[in-house]
Amino acid sequence: MSLVRRSSDLLKPFTTAASTTSFLNSRRHFSTDDTTTITVETSVPFTGHNCEPPSRSVDTTPTELMKFFTDMALMRRMEIAADSLYKSKLIRGFCHLYDGQEAVCIGMEAAITKKDCIITAYRDHCIYLGRGGNLLQSFAELMGRQDGCSNGKGGSMHFYKKDACFFGGHGIVGAQVPLGCGLAFAQKYRKEDHVTFAMYGDGAANQGQLFEALNMAALWDLPAILVCENNHYGMGTAEWRAAKSPAYYKRGDYVPGLKVDGMDAFAVKQACKFAKEHALKNGPIILEMDTYRYHGHSMSDPGSTYRTRDEISGVRQERDPIERIRKLVLAHDLATEQQLKDIEKLARKEVDEAIAKAKESPMPAESELFTNVYRKGFGVESFGADRKELRATLP
Amino acid sequence: MLGTIRQKAVAARSLSSQVLENDLMRLRSVASVMRHYSAGTKEMTVRDALNSALDEEMAADPSVFVMGEEVGEYQGAYKITKGLLDKYGPERVVDTPITEAGFAGIGVGSAYHGLRPVVEFMTFNFSMQAIDHIINSAAKSNYMSAGQINVPIVFRGPNGPAAGVGAQHSQCYGAWYGSVPGLKVLVPYSSEDARGLLKAAIRDPDPVVFLENELLYGESFPVSAEALNSSFCLPIGKAKIEREGKDITITAFSKMAAEILEKDGISAEVINLRSIRPLDRATINASVRKTNRLVTVEEGFPQHGIGAEICASVVEDSFGYLDAPVERIAGADVPTPYAANLERMAFPQIEDIVRAARRVCYRKSSIAASA
Repeated sequence: MSLVRRSSDLLKPFTTAASTTSFLNSRRHFSTDDTTTITVETSVPFTGHNCEPPSRSVDTTPTELMKFFTDMALMRRMEIAADSLYKSKLIRGFCHLYDGQEAVCIGMEAAITKKDCIITAYRDHCIYLGRGGNLLQSFAELMGRQDGCSNGKGGSMHFYKKDACFFGGHGIVGAQVPLGCGLAFAQKYRKEDHVTFAMYGDGAANQGQLFEALNMAALWDLPAILVCENNHYGMGTAEWRAAKSPAYYKRGDYVPGLKVDGMDAFAVKQACKFAKEHALKNGPIILEMDTYRYHGHSMSDPGSTYRTRDEISGVRQERDPIERIRKLVLAHDLATEQQLKDIEKLARKEVDEAIAKAKESPMPAESELFTNVYRKGFGVESFGADRKELRATLP
Repeated sequence: MLGTIRQKAVAARSLSSQVLENDLMRLRSVASVMRHYSAGTKEMTVRDALNSALDEEMAADPSVFVMGEEVGEYQGAYKITKGLLDKYGPERVVDTPITEAGFAGIGVGSAYHGLRPVVEFMTFNFSMQAIDHIINSAAKSNYMSAGQINVPIVFRGPNGPAAGVGAQHSQCYGAWYGSVPGLKVLVPYSSEDARGLLKAAIRDPDPVVFLENELLYGESFPVSAEALNSSFCLPIGKAKIEREGKDITITAFSKMAAEILEKDGISAEVINLRSIRPLDRATINASVRKTNRLVTVEEGFPQHGIGAEICASVVEDSFGYLDAPVERIAGADVPTPYAANLERMAFPQIEDIVRAARRVCYRKSSIAASA
């Protein structure tokens, strides 16, 4: 990966070592400065419920700013590419895209470690990437190939990365919230100093099991942070048609909450940092991320029958998370417009390469039908559609 | 073991009297009959067997914990978890609010992160509120994640009918859970079953649904010295031949039937299934190949039930060995009524099994139904 550099445009010197490592790691073309503090103001102040909201001023570094841009550009590219793959029928079934919501994932990762747990619903591709997931494994999984992160057996809604404490990837709306409180339960049981972020949407916010789990989390002081990614539409139903009270950050009643501009990665970072400190000391807290998805609910939903194109383009114009970072980068002279465009081009290139490689990955071997049913199968028999024809022994 | 347990309950409720004392006496007499079949010096109730199994596994592995309604301070709705709170403290014996979906989900989530929860449902009727977590969050996770996320959880509690508890509290869930790949479903009968299978379930890295029976909790069974050992475990997926016979195979359990049939000159081989999933088809088929006749017994609803699966399995693998069509004895195809006489009709009684056994032997009923 060799880029032509205009050193006069850069604020800080850079190394010219060419690298073939993952794009996300090779920001050495830009500032490797992570000591200079830049203070950024969030777009709007936080609104607290039963808590004193944190300050609007967020500290960051040039490195972090550039990382935000680069990572979000990659995520955006990945989702757009998935759209094309779905339309050309290489991705089947369900495909729920995250473009527009990238700041939630990126800001969260900036505030936490890989020992903190994340669990989410089915709009999980970018969360997986943010946890250190692999672009090739992501596309291979979407296309049902054996090199996918779930060996092709999960699909779009079932990405996991256990070694980075990412527990999926869940298809049943709301189920991930009690599961997330269970992760927090385990963290507390083991006396770890880590927290769990259980993510859900405005649609899932009305689920009963969420309140059951929240009650227990509060009762037992679990380090659980419930993150409502409010993109204002539960599939085709706008929040005002589904919820009597769409103030999701207040839904916890006795559980404190914070309303956050989810399109502002620094607001998200600040909120998650605040929430983590809170949860470790005082138990659960709810974060409502005010965000937006550009695509419809899934690839089978055009997303324009229940909202206007003006609304969608308006949000893109005014609140796009990547544009926000672009403006900050330019304002602080960390890179030029052209350099930022080059980063986006590079993201495109990396995505295209990953897709090409993923296409070469074969479909899983037929024997994979019967693997992983159990962790320990005792040599039990399992059957195919015609059990006289196809039987297998589960190891 | 579904049928086995039910047979015990059935024996209790049979025939002449519905009075509880008579039921208990019946159970005791059946239990004393048991002594013919297993060598053992010590006796232990099923309740104590479960309690001791939980105690030993919690002592051996600090990641094992118990969660459910009334499991702690109340000492357990059926006293299965008695004494555990005092011994292990509230962090490991967790009383929950009455929110099955929530606490089942929390249990599964904690298992994702490596703990080994034992989640109690006060009865499995309430598990329906949590069934999404049992099936979609627990059973399927190892498969969907290609082996990354295994779920070492046990869901346990009483299953099937009790006595007079009505339609919403009497259903058997063996067939429902038994159909789900990724789950293991165990049905202990005796105290030795209870101890060995619960210990195996807790140590198992996969989700286990452990179906107990309320009416058996107070029943005493002899236990061998081996079974009293803290490392005792029974293999999952293996049925037990409770009594050998040569004329017919009865799956599920009916000691009383075996006794009665003996008099009629029918020697029944009785198989205690112990495990619904995996189902021990090998043992069942081997037995049918020997006896050539089969009666399946269960307390659950008949359509799509355990007997249906066993019958299909035998027809597929041992058709040529059958001398008569397979007979199914099951609960009646109705919601469970409350009135004692109707409830009795809703579940298999000894005479039903005997009648079916005679039918597969092509014999007319010679003794009056109430034996």
